[in-house]
Amino acid sequence: MADKKTLTFAIMDAPFENARTTTAMRLMDIAARRGYQINVFAYEGAVYVPFAAQRQHPNAVHGRDVEEEDHPLPREWVAAVMAEAEKNGGKVDWVNCGLCVDERGAGDSIPGVRRGTPGDFWTMAGASDNTLVIPTK
Amino acid sequence: MGRYLLVESRDPFDSADVQNAYDLASDLARDGHEVTLFLVQNGVLPARWSGKSASLAALSDAGVEVLADDFSLRERGIALERLARGVAPAPLEVVVDHLADGRKVIWH
Repeated sequence: MADKKTLTFAIMDAPFENARTTTAMRLMDIAARRGYQINVFAYEGAVYVPFAAQRQHPNAVHGRDVEEEDHPLPREWVAAVMAEAEKNGGKVDWVNCGLCVDERGAGDSIPGVRRGTPGDFWTMAGASDNTLVIPTK
Repeated sequence: MGRYLLVESRDPFDSADVQNAYDLASDLARDGHEVTLFLVQNGVLPARWSGKSASLAALSDAGVEVLADDFSLRERGIALERLARGVAPAPLEVVVDHLADGRKVIWH
């Protein structure tokens, strides 16, 4: 379809730390609902956003078990955005910076995430209708 | 004429460089460009009438469209009737609209 855009996002923040992660995922979700092609280049700590070993936990301070706490997991947000994009005729190409992954031991990502380099970001940006870089503070 | 979207996520009470982003928006508008300043996350805090709100009103007077993410406003308990002059609530979809429309976008 002619109105199906391609957008590229570069993110750098590790999950569980900053509202930028949430906002980035909100933006991707909107694009996914429109069936856009979404490219993501996860750099630095952001390679942990789709980290497969994230686990929910209870909150003893508030007396809540795992189910009651229902702690949100960014890897589930990524999977949900991928599924939403596919449902609407789009696709998410999520690239984790390989060196950033190696530095952090973050190689265990959810399915659909691939390893790449900043060169992939360059290529994705060049082939996109627009690119948004969300830097760390 | 260029078209710009400046996304401001920082709080001017915490980050002095927010004024630089406001100045950039104002300068671009003064030069005849179409400019939207989209406040998100703690960037919406000055949208609640306060000592920092005059800057946003001045941007609006200078021709900058000043929008505040409605979700960020709700998260922070900022009622729409308390918004500073010149600021309008808007959904995050506006950012994706402008991205898709090819605007130059800067996140701060």
